[in-house]
Amino acid sequence: MAQAVVAAEPAEVEPGQIVAHGHDTNTGVSNAKLAIWLFLSSEALFFGAFISTYFLYRGRDAQFLHGPTPDQLLNIPFTSVTSFILLMSSLTMVLALAAIQRGDHRRLRIWLLATAIFGATFVGGQVYEFTEFYRQGLHLGTNMFGTTFFVLTGLHGAHVTVGIIWLLLVWSRSMQGRLPQEKSEAVEIAGLYWHFVDIVWIFIFTAIYLIPTHT
Amino acid sequence: MTTVEDATALVHAPEKKHSRLLDRPRATTGPWSWVTTVDHKKIAIMYGTLAICFFMVGGVEALFIRLQLARPNGTILSAARYNEFFTMHGTTMVFLLGMPIAAAFGNYLVPLMIGARDVAFPRMNMLGFWIFACGGIFLYSSFALGGAPDGGWFGYAPLTSTPLAAGYLPGRGADFWCVGLIMLGIGSVATAVNFLVTILNMRAPGMTMMRMPVFVWMILVIAFLTLFAMPPVTAALIMVFMDRNFHTNFFNAAAGGDPLMYQNLFWIFGHPEVYILILPGMGIVSEILPVFSRKPLFGYSIVVFSGIAIGFLGWGVWAHHMFVSGLGPIAVSAFGLSTMLIAIPTGVKIFNWLATVWGGAVRLRTAMLFALGFIAQFTIGGLSGVMHSIVPSDTQQTDTYFVVAHFHYVLFGGLVFAVFGGFYYWWPKFFGRMLNEKLGKVNFWLMVIGFNLTFFPMHFLGFEGQPRRTYTYPSGMGWDTLNLLATIGAFIIALSVLVFLVNVIYTARRGEEAPADPWDARTLEWSIPSPPPEYNFAVVPVVTSLDDYWHRKYTEDDEGRLVRLPAGGADGADGDQTPVGFDPHSIHMPSPSYWPLIFAVSLPTMGYGFVFKNWYLLAAGVIVAFFGLVGWGIEPPTEPEPHGTEAH
Repeated sequence: MAQAVVAAEPAEVEPGQIVAHGHDTNTGVSNAKLAIWLFLSSEALFFGAFISTYFLYRGRDAQFLHGPTPDQLLNIPFTSVTSFILLMSSLTMVLALAAIQRGDHRRLRIWLLATAIFGATFVGGQVYEFTEFYRQGLHLGTNMFGTTFFVLTGLHGAHVTVGIIWLLLVWSRSMQGRLPQEKSEAVEIAGLYWHFVDIVWIFIFTAIYLIPTHT
Repeated sequence: MTTVEDATALVHAPEKKHSRLLDRPRATTGPWSWVTTVDHKKIAIMYGTLAICFFMVGGVEALFIRLQLARPNGTILSAARYNEFFTMHGTTMVFLLGMPIAAAFGNYLVPLMIGARDVAFPRMNMLGFWIFACGGIFLYSSFALGGAPDGGWFGYAPLTSTPLAAGYLPGRGADFWCVGLIMLGIGSVATAVNFLVTILNMRAPGMTMMRMPVFVWMILVIAFLTLFAMPPVTAALIMVFMDRNFHTNFFNAAAGGDPLMYQNLFWIFGHPEVYILILPGMGIVSEILPVFSRKPLFGYSIVVFSGIAIGFLGWGVWAHHMFVSGLGPIAVSAFGLSTMLIAIPTGVKIFNWLATVWGGAVRLRTAMLFALGFIAQFTIGGLSGVMHSIVPSDTQQTDTYFVVAHFHYVLFGGLVFAVFGGFYYWWPKFFGRMLNEKLGKVNFWLMVIGFNLTFFPMHFLGFEGQPRRTYTYPSGMGWDTLNLLATIGAFIIALSVLVFLVNVIYTARRGEEAPADPWDARTLEWSIPSPPPEYNFAVVPVVTSLDDYWHRKYTEDDEGRLVRLPAGGADGADGDQTPVGFDPHSIHMPSPSYWPLIFAVSLPTMGYGFVFKNWYLLAAGVIVAFFGLVGWGIEPPTEPEPHGTEAH
């Protein structure tokens, strides 16, 4: 019955059968893109757990341990600038993807590098911020702000760093001429991760810097 | 058939040399072919073998626990060793048996059941296995490296999180536990993503979602649960590790931390985890019962939706593990209600299974016996579970042996019975030989007797107040006889597992060869030879209905009686539908690889670096991980033929 129909279709046995691209998957989304979306949904809960913990412990410093409080430490204008740079890196990421999709490899490389440099600027700003806070007496164990701030922003910074390395690998692949236009999905997937890390920062920035601590 | 001939010509062309960091592994036989394999079936067999090894290690720990508790004032284990054994018993059975055995069955069966030739990401699949292997070895290496985990499988803070120097748990055990579980979590998420993409994207033509076998549905649900349950517990474990080693105060109440937050983060993982463990068992049983009743599964869509409902409701019941932690009456009532609610889809499934068997032409083969054992014992476990939704009753039972009895009825009486049923059912497909039925029945009955003898008395011990996780008890509490019975039962279980192993060895040597479809079954995996060829399906099947393979074999006459279709449908003795002139070389399967293994090995390297604060080891691990990922990224999944499609 059923297989009689199939046996008449030798095309089904063609090489490359299991290498699924967008057009021959059941959902129409390519395997790699579906996988990165699923992975990012998992990451969202990872950051969600740390952000919830931050909110739970927010403002508990005064009653317990001493040491500098967030309003003494946070340099909002400085971090706003580095945050703006990080958000702009999402724009350059979009430009990089647009470039490879129309086959402009020179601009692809420029925008990839720009994205990585913007990201590195953000991480550099974070390193400066950490050292500054440490100098002013905020350690991991000083108070709940120290505990939650360093771990939450540190994990985010680690994610940005991974993203920078990823972008540089994509860039070097393009420099070696091994990233043709039809493989633009490699850029798109790195971009999805990058945008995700940016969006997470919007939440973290709001939680830590914009919502007043002592109400 | 020009395509096939062209491909054959390509295969015999000389091999091209590649300039890479590592040459692609080429072994197709011998141990090295297993180490580097990306074939989902070989990976599944490795998952299963290693999980059963850990099952036996965890079982030996349980035997020591039972020996210690057989008599009052037992002296076989010291209190400290007892803590290590019950912690590692729980951790092993959850993370090194329950989750990997689901990955084993899922890996082998999901592609076969949906008509695919492999999973979506064969190398990520390989990575999942090797992370499991590395994580398991890492956890167990703690016995030799400064003490095993001893804070319970749930590792409550602040017991586990107090800094090492002043800590309640002075050894390295809790550090090994945190890092080991984070590692295993990474592997589980990789495996979950792989299953999700495979099931959502790689189904054969016509295999719509509502034509998928229930087992595939249950793997889909647990993959989603794993994806969303692992991150919170990973966060909690990171916090515990930071508290112990880096002076943070996440769970230090004296500094403003909140130990209750740990319980929330842990159980928001921990309760979905329970369903991650049991749903594959439900899937296995839903495959076995129809075949041995010669009836379709009763209410297929209801069973599927009940499984999904369990998956959703599983997120709203976590605090029933915390009723004595002082959440307040409103939270406690809400979680009590949601716990009652989740019994509904579970009950629906049980009635559907019963209705499947009802009126069927039941064949009591060993696989069917285990499936029926599952229903009976899981129902008992489910009922004691509903008892826990009654908050005052739960408060009374918290931390007593009643809880131990409850979850062993669900996870041993449920999951383990389903797994053994699955072994007897699919063994012919996995290895091409039938497990011996006589030994199988001995295995089953010993396990039923041993299991109930071990765990049924624990209900009473719990009501009489015997606490969990306590290494001994004085005589005169009225607990002596029941504890002795439980210990005898545990050794009967061990005997039944031995009978299974004897059966495996006997089958490997003298077992009856299995045809493609020994049980006259319903799903696609039985339509191909036993064991299946590497490429699974010579011709990708086109699916026209639920239980498609059954409908290829049978139709109904006017009065609703089954009529076997003539051959050309399928000849049940040999379901090989390989077309004439078919050349397996024309199918390009993913090539073996070293890279996932290299990346997997980097994780315990980093892990030891963290546990012993050896930053050189940590840096070495990071470098190996980077090397592994870059090599992985450069290597194509399938080695291109000399003048293949790769254009550069």
